[in-house]
Amino acid sequence: MPDESKAPQSPEGSKPEAPGASPAPTAPGAAKPAPPPPKAPPPLPIPLNNDLSARYRERFGAAILDALEDRRQPYLVIDSLQLSDIARYSRDEEKFDLLEDFTAVDWPRREKRFDLIAILYSFPHNTRLRLKIPVTEGERPASLTEIWPTANWLEREIFDMFGIVFAGHPDLKRILLPDEWQGHPLRKDYDILRQDTAWVRENLGIESGQ
Amino acid sequence: MGNTLRDDATQNNSTLLGADELVVNMGPQHPSTHGVLRVKLKLDGERVRGAECVIGYLHRGVEKIAEHRTYQQFAPYVDRMDYVAAVSNGLGYCEAVEKLLNAEAPPRARVIRTILTELQRIASHLVWLGTHALDIGALTPLFYCFREREEILKIFEKYCGARLTTHAFRIGGLQYEAYDGFEKDVERFCKDFERRIQDYVDLLTGNSIWIGRTRNVGVLSAAECIALGASGPLLRASGVKWDLRKAQPYAAYDQYQFEIPVGANGDTYDRYMVRMEEMRQSRLICLQAIERIPEGPILGKVGKVLKPAAGEIYHSIEAPKGILGYYIVSDGTTQPYRVRIRPPSFVNLQALDKMVRGHLVADVVAIIGTLDIVLGEVDR
Repeated sequence: MPDESKAPQSPEGSKPEAPGASPAPTAPGAAKPAPPPPKAPPPLPIPLNNDLSARYRERFGAAILDALEDRRQPYLVIDSLQLSDIARYSRDEEKFDLLEDFTAVDWPRREKRFDLIAILYSFPHNTRLRLKIPVTEGERPASLTEIWPTANWLEREIFDMFGIVFAGHPDLKRILLPDEWQGHPLRKDYDILRQDTAWVRENLGIESGQ
Repeated sequence: MGNTLRDDATQNNSTLLGADELVVNMGPQHPSTHGVLRVKLKLDGERVRGAECVIGYLHRGVEKIAEHRTYQQFAPYVDRMDYVAAVSNGLGYCEAVEKLLNAEAPPRARVIRTILTELQRIASHLVWLGTHALDIGALTPLFYCFREREEILKIFEKYCGARLTTHAFRIGGLQYEAYDGFEKDVERFCKDFERRIQDYVDLLTGNSIWIGRTRNVGVLSAAECIALGASGPLLRASGVKWDLRKAQPYAAYDQYQFEIPVGANGDTYDRYMVRMEEMRQSRLICLQAIERIPEGPILGKVGKVLKPAAGEIYHSIEAPKGILGYYIVSDGTTQPYRVRIRPPSFVNLQALDKMVRGHLVADVVAIIGTLDIVLGEVDR
């Protein structure tokens, strides 16, 4: 699973090639202190081999792409096509009854650009499990709203911030930004100073919100 | 305003007199929405048939900002999410980064953090109680609550110079040593607070107007809470004896005795009782903690330039409003690759639609109050 290794290694890697709509980007991180030469990072994450991962592997076979542990927190990398089945199994059989959080991370240089991150908590076992679901741009992963109703707003926020469309979501629309806003701000190619200037001009009557 | 609320389930049993449904806007400028929350209410006469929240008026892109700041530089930003519980936000963030670094705050720092965070919980609940009672029509508790909150803010001010957005903690521990007389101040407040909390009880608990406005209003069952992700006092008022301070202790909570209050009906009155008892328990935690604050350093060795090894961490705490989680991804540089904040207010607010259905318009105000949301945290 090509994960952190292929990530942009520089903090400036998050700066995009300024898209047309953006004002001249200045570097907000310019005041960063000079970092010392990098030390060899510890080998993280490590493979996870416990009963839990064994049960998932037995049940879903190749759909469990990887089972890993990072800083003693387990996570499974799963195939997005089986997301619904794995989620339902997690809730009903493994008793992960709470979807504590659902979010995404953008890795623009990866073939599968986004990671969906579902953080599950089990009240009976007092344990957490993360599901990591790599999805390509334009893919429509299944909505989790049927399984955990709390996913409704969380998926709307992911759609708003990353532009990932969930198949079967009852009311997928922006939640924090205005409905007509163009662009998805938490993508790495959306500069921090960028804004939808047309929207700002039209609705606020000013040239810039900054 | 078009009727954008679509819910076929309510259409069927709604129109008592065959009257047309009406959509009414509440907010974003409305005194009882506790900030810039806009609710589109679908009404049948005085009955509420559905509510749709429109949020984002206070969106500042905190998660985006995090990707362009160092780990230390981002710490003050989290104070500005839930700005009536800034200390709790800071605790969650600092502990998450410490876990990412495989570091730990020294024992003395952990105890002082616990004291300040519990004082913050009381302060946050006092803001909730004062405004919630005010919304329902009881004017007096607001003045009492803000009087006691002032004492807590004074302690914060003496400790770190700030009252609201405190930035009280640092990654790895604390920057400031507890000032001379810190324990005395906390003790004086806690001793006094027992009597003060009785004032609120006298005003509200047995008050028939209060009971009439809150009992059986906005009922959530335990299963509904869990399905909707509602946490904190909402979950406990529905009868789930669960608190992250007990389930997965952090800071110094494993050292102290305290009870988790639970309700039975999951209504607004139970949530009131749960939060009142939480304030008493927080007071007890503070009293236990000042008995013995361990000596020693207050800042662990984390270095001046933080470069966590590539990887990720999720850490959550029991903030006054529920589960506050931080999911941080590091790419091995000095700036986080991604910071996701799981805000309790945002997730709890989602339950509003379910809670208001079938109630009167006036109850919407009570239900928004009982959710105890802060829009700075909802919108981030």
